[in-house]
Amino acid sequence: MSSHTPHYEIKNLPANVSKWGFGLLGVGLVLAVLGFTMDHNNSVRLSYASLIAFMFLMSIGLGSLFLVALEYIAGAVWSLPFRRIAETLSLLVLVAPIFAIPVLMNMHHMYEWTNLEVVAKDNVLSAKAPYLNINFFYARFIGIIAVLGIFYWAFTRNSLKQDITGDQKLTKANVRLSALFLPLFAIGLTMLSIDFMMSLEPHWFSTIYGVYYFAGSFWAGISVIAFIAVNMNAKGMLGSWVNKNHFYSLGGFMFAFTAFWTYIAFSQFMLIWYANLPEETFWFIPRMSGGWSLVSISLIVFHFIVPFFLLIQKNSKTNPSRLKSVAVLIVFVHILDLYWLTYPSYSKHLAHTAHDMTKSQLEAIITTPVFGFLELGFIALALGVLITVFNMGAKGKNMIPLKDPKLQRAIDFHL
Amino acid sequence: MENKKLYSVAATFDDPNKIMIAADKVSDAGYKKYDVNTPFPLHGMDDAMKLPPSKIGYFTITFGLTGTSLILFFIWWITSVDYPQVIGGKPFFGIPAFIPVTFEATVLLAAIGSALTLIIYFFKFPNNSHPLHDTEYMNAVSSDEYGIYIEAQDEKFDLEGVKSLFNSLGAKKIHEIYYEEEFLTQKFSLFDKKFIIGLVVIAIFTSFSAYMHLNKLLYITPFNWMVEQPKVSAQQASTFFADGFGMRTPAEGTVARGFIPYAFTGKPEEAGKYLSNPLEANERNIDLGKRKYLTFCSPCHGNYGNGESRLNGQFPNGPTLHSDKIVNWPDGQLYHVISEGQNVMPGYSKQATRDERWAIVLYVRTLQRAMNAKESDLK
Repeated sequence: MSSHTPHYEIKNLPANVSKWGFGLLGVGLVLAVLGFTMDHNNSVRLSYASLIAFMFLMSIGLGSLFLVALEYIAGAVWSLPFRRIAETLSLLVLVAPIFAIPVLMNMHHMYEWTNLEVVAKDNVLSAKAPYLNINFFYARFIGIIAVLGIFYWAFTRNSLKQDITGDQKLTKANVRLSALFLPLFAIGLTMLSIDFMMSLEPHWFSTIYGVYYFAGSFWAGISVIAFIAVNMNAKGMLGSWVNKNHFYSLGGFMFAFTAFWTYIAFSQFMLIWYANLPEETFWFIPRMSGGWSLVSISLIVFHFIVPFFLLIQKNSKTNPSRLKSVAVLIVFVHILDLYWLTYPSYSKHLAHTAHDMTKSQLEAIITTPVFGFLELGFIALALGVLITVFNMGAKGKNMIPLKDPKLQRAIDFHL
Repeated sequence: MENKKLYSVAATFDDPNKIMIAADKVSDAGYKKYDVNTPFPLHGMDDAMKLPPSKIGYFTITFGLTGTSLILFFIWWITSVDYPQVIGGKPFFGIPAFIPVTFEATVLLAAIGSALTLIIYFFKFPNNSHPLHDTEYMNAVSSDEYGIYIEAQDEKFDLEGVKSLFNSLGAKKIHEIYYEEEFLTQKFSLFDKKFIIGLVVIAIFTSFSAYMHLNKLLYITPFNWMVEQPKVSAQQASTFFADGFGMRTPAEGTVARGFIPYAFTGKPEEAGKYLSNPLEANERNIDLGKRKYLTFCSPCHGNYGNGESRLNGQFPNGPTLHSDKIVNWPDGQLYHVISEGQNVMPGYSKQATRDERWAIVLYVRTLQRAMNAKESDLK
């Protein structure tokens, strides 16, 4: 338990980070435009692709903001060297809503409950109308983003101020803020996932949906943090003392949330499968047939089995390059998870708008996953935004909270 | 002191930082047979002692996966081989329903397996005597001091050298630990008096607590809430329904699944005229008929249908089934009598299903044929 003052100097991220960011943005834009024109300017499909990008970037932002709040309220020591990365990534909760614009513009084609004539004829939808109506939807959306933005601003302001003044009261203020933030976070995240994804099929309901999205979000969020942390540490940007003990804890969290997501996803599935009620099973049936069943199976394999058996090994958590590759896998599987959550509704939309089709042709449309340049383009755009936001946010900032009262304990942190 | 041998030299420290440095220095000095004892786990001690990663994880995952495969095999065998039963319209081996059980079995076997591996393999189980037991050093390190000891068996061991090393590290006290030869070779005996008494005490305690739990505790409020439920049991009155009956009758005009109404109640001749046996006269059906005949018919009619049964003389004799009258009855009339009864004989439609009664008819015909076998049957 040696104690020495940490040596740290601000270094800029290497130039190829911004090249990657802008490159992905450019490639994404080209692919998206190509896909859009190839599909006869299909703006509904574009909105669905944009929805994935929106929910993905929100995932990373929410997961990072949650880690910041968690560290303060739990008094966690191991995550201190990663906090600045999480703080920087949290800005995504304010950037991601750009991708919600196409969704909001095409709401009438995506969300059945926005159609007042349909709602009036439908008992279930009119019963849900006090919650699922456009005005309240916008109010919730703006409210959630505002609350997240305010807390993002407060957390990072106090944290950065402490680097200059060294005032320990700022830590205490952030602990109080986290206690206030966490319940709001839980409500906001649940509403966000219900509003944007679950209400794509407004007749369906699952009380565990918000937790499901949270499990995937935090999983992907810490994986992005792990990926960045490994790369920055290799360039010596996190000080010289971040070691395998810190990375082991990060990998342990990734491992835990692999199991947690599986637990939640399986709980949701098993109850519906066992009760076998038609008002619940119709959500799973298209996902379990035709091409969608392959997506479901690959979720089981790559969201659970592969990361579980990779991360259960100590080596994967302590060896930075292996941790990095698992993190990349996790980020892409989380995108696949969001695709699986939203795109079957697009297949349904295609079947609804199709003309002169036999029943089996309609069935084939519903059970076939749609994937092309447009979706690839939006995924690349989302990753480009992620990298660019981090690159810009990290510029000229201490990546270690140098005057945090827990710093010495974080340096001495040992398994 | 002549039969005592030096086991090790130990040092105690009063600061966790010092013991970290001590462990680091001792391993650097090249000692192999040494160990550290602390009152609570110290983070980073593995690194200081330069221990290789623990192998217990491999045992845990092996036991865990064994649990997974054993329970899955077990469930598969029960639900789809040994006793297939349709539950809730699900497939016999409907995996989602069994995942929670599989998870439990995996965790259970992994946990128990790891604990047993620790005790048997790593702690070298029946060997329960160690020279460090009951020493001043052990007392100290199990309350508030941090100790390290180097065994005399170590290749680099040298009494004075070790002592000066410990002194240079700032040891609070240095202990020399001796042991007697017999003490080490002392083996654990199954018939040790203390062990037997221990077993008896445990047995008495577990039986007593199991008895109290199952016979007393379960009948105390609130544990009896599962027993007394506000539901209506069979034959009970109900305040919910207007007629006050707890048991409901089927809705008018409905027929129970698999039930076919019988049209010939009280009309044996007509039954004989219009009914014919729907079952094929194959081995499986005759075997079913034999089992049902031996269960329901043989007590009165006898195992061979000739009326010689074990109830002879205690009850109106069951008539022989080989009389001309019965041999000449059509199948339908025989079925009618089995279902509805005749004279003293009760009907068996409640005990045997429709198919089982027809199978009995098949078997009675078989018995009749056997009693009047033709020459050609013997070939």
